[in-house]
Parts: sequence; C-alpha cells; structure tokens
Amino acid sequence: MSEPKIIKTPLTDEMVEDLRIGDSVLINGVIFTGRDSAHKRLVDTLEKGEELPVDLKGQIIYYAGPAPAKPGKPIGSIGPTTSYRMDPYAPKLIANGLKGMIGKGNRNDDVVNAQQKHKAVYFGAIGGAAALMAKAVKTAKVVAYEDLGPEAIRRLEVENFPAVVVNDCHGGDLYKEGMKKYQK
Amino acid sequence: MREVDVNTVTEAVKKLCMDANYFLDDDVIKRLEECQKQEESPTGKEVLGKILENAKIAKEDKAPACQDTGFAVFFVELGQDVHFTGGDFVEAVNEGVRQGYEEGYLRKSIVGDPIERKNTGDNTPCVIHTDIVPGDKVKITVAPKGGGSENMSEVKMMAPAAGVDGVREFVIDRVKRSGANPCPPVIVGVGIGGTFEKCAEIAKRSLLRPVGSKHPNSFYANLEEELLEKINNLGIGPQGFGGRCTALAVHIEVYPCHIASFPVAVNMQCHVARHKEVTL
Repeated sequence: MSEPKIIKTPLTDEMVEDLRIGDSVLINGVIFTGRDSAHKRLVDTLEKGEELPVDLKGQIIYYAGPAPAKPGKPIGSIGPTTSYRMDPYAPKLIANGLKGMIGKGNRNDDVVNAQQKHKAVYFGAIGGAAALMAKAVKTAKVVAYEDLGPEAIRRLEVENFPAVVVNDCHGGDLYKEGMKKYQK
Repeated sequence: MREVDVNTVTEAVKKLCMDANYFLDDDVIKRLEECQKQEESPTGKEVLGKILENAKIAKEDKAPACQDTGFAVFFVELGQDVHFTGGDFVEAVNEGVRQGYEEGYLRKSIVGDPIERKNTGDNTPCVIHTDIVPGDKVKITVAPKGGGSENMSEVKMMAPAAGVDGVREFVIDRVKRSGANPCPPVIVGVGIGGTFEKCAEIAKRSLLRPVGSKHPNSFYANLEEELLEKINNLGIGPQGFGGRCTALAVHIEVYPCHIASFPVAVNMQCHVARHKEVTL
C-alpha cells in the first residue's frame, strides 16, 4: 500500500482532483454518518425546496450506523455499510455540494457521473473492521433525525480515519482495476 | 424426562449473543493469518492485517467486531426428553436476545414490518431453526448474520440437466456479481438439493462448520476446493480492492431432492464469521 495521504475536511475541488484510485488516505476533521432512511429524508427535503438539517457543502458522508457507545466512549463499533442502497440519493446530494462518500461496494453510473461532473470522491473503508475504525472517532453527536436510532445523522470528529480511494473524480474505479490486475 | 427452566435458556442466549459478537473463533483467525501471508496484493495484505487487528481490539475491548451485529439466527438441537418449564421457549430465546443486545451494547438492526420499516428497538424477533433429536440435552447455536453478506445470497431452482457445471457457474457468478458488497474475504456457503427452503437452510448451516473443513464425501470436498481456487482467481481480493484472497473457504452441504428439482443456494458470509454454541 502506498504511503497514506493525510486529508482534512472540508474538501475542495483541488483536493478531490488530487486523489486517485488506490490511494490510501487518513481522513481528519469532521465527517457525517448517514445511511438508508437518512438519505431518503435528506433528498425529500431538497425536493421540497427546504433547507437541509446539516450543511453538506464540502463534506463527507460515511455510510454507517454505529453500535451503541459504551460508557466513557464516544461511539461504538462503526464500519461501513454497503453503498449501492444510497445510489438513488447520492447524485442529488453531490449536486448540492457533497464532496465525499465513505462506504463499501460498487456505485452505479449515475453516482460515478455526478462525481465527475461535480468533483466528488468515493472512498472504501474496511467492512467489518468496525472496532478498529471506532478508535479513529474522537467525538460523536447526533445532529439530525434522532428518531432513526443507529440511522440518525451523526457529526463525527475523526483522526486518521483509514480509507482507500475507490472511485475518483477522473472516472477511475479501483474495484474494476484491482480485479483486472489479479484475475487469473 | 429432564426439566429445563427457560430462564436458563435466556441467560445462555444472552451470553452467546455477546460472545459471538466480541470473540471471533480461532479457526477464522488462523485462516485469515494464512491468507495474509499468501496475499500478493500489498493493499490486500494491509487490509487483512487491519481485519486481524480489528479482531484483537474487539476481543480486548469486548466491542462488537462489526457494527452490524446482525439478525440473531439460532440453530437448536432439542433433545426429545427435555421438558421446558417456567415459560415459553421461543419467548425465552427472544428475551435472551433482547438482554444480550441491550446489555452488550450491540446494534439493534431489526425492523418490525418490512414495508413500514420501524426498528423494533431490541433486535427481536430472532430466527430459530429447531431439530428434535434423541436425548435430554439442548444445544443452542447462535450465528448473528449481517445484512451486507446476506443481501448477496441467492437461491436458484435449476433444471436437473444443469448438473455440477450449473452449480459451478452459479456459485462463481454469484461471488463475482457480489464484488466488495459482502465484505470479502468471504465464506461461501452452498446448499445443493432439498426443497426451495431446505436448500437455503443447509447453505446457511454449512457456515457453522470450522472454516476450511472438508465435506466428508470426497466428490464434494474436491468441488469445494475447486470452487475456492476459481473464486480466488477472480481477483476481487480483500474488500474488493484487488488481490488473491476473495474467499476463505467454500462449504457445501447436500440433501436429497425431488425428481424434477435441482435447487442450489449460495449463502454469503463475511469474514466476521460469528457463531457460538452452548449445550444445556
């Protein structure tokens, strides 16, 4: 694995352009969790022309629903969930300023095209390495949709959160390239 | 007749749910270590290293290895000479799940009505597969099942003419189409034969076997080995980032079937291959 690139949120177009598939990154700063139900609500809000409960401009959404925090810990285990379920909603959020997504698994063409058009990046985190990733989370606070429980939107402050660039804004796809390289 | 108080069942289930989510079995760890040594992709090697580190942290901190602490699926072997007292057996198991998931800080991932999708708040109800067996003991196995890998599973009612080639094609295609979604390296559980539901059940049951254990019939043992090699030649690799280790094992279970039928099921299991058992 290449020496990891250290990145700090919020992301700019230039920062996104600098990221290429296969790059290992350590994310620092604020990221937001959001998965199935939260995405539906965010997009419903945009379609009604109303303001989002969190400003997503330049931000990263982590597709994750954590385990409950034990006393004294900011958060419970927190690994990525499968991303394709957010595909119907992601392009709209990207068009509204979202710069990054963290999850696992393939995205559809609409998401990949929106990423290229609006300069956004898709990172893969290690599915199932949730206790390890919880160590990178320093603070966590529910900022919207508390009624959704594990699916509520949380604002996380992270330090050196490990991920790999899967789809960059140049049309690269690590899943395709990686498989090509190692298939027999 | 032996009497078993259902409160004993609740206590046992509560502990099983927590232990299964915190402590990965040695067979899984050992196989991950082997794969890490053999992995050709540097990224893949690094990923496997992090997965092993994660298992260590989970064990030390008593934290769930994966935040998706799953649907609580139980396999029960119930001795026919057991008489439960003090309440309802199924409710006792659900109560154990309720307590285990709450007290163990495990995520509650079950929605009540599948269309309405409101979280039940306590990870119940569970799923229980019960077999009545001779004797006066109760063996309870829990296998918490995450959604990511379960969603990549499939049952196919093939024509008998499809034969073993049909099985090969279906299993490999299923893994290929799944890509990174089920959190590779995976264990591929394959059920061949039975009815529509039996086939899925034996595929799931195969995941309880120690990782990499062979089917007792040499034909199926060879097929397991052949499929594992072909799957690992797909190049998907750990987390789909490219590499050699896409699957830790292929486990096949078979059951007789109808003259007209040839059901085949693939139940995908992520690398957090959790199961714990107790005999009461």
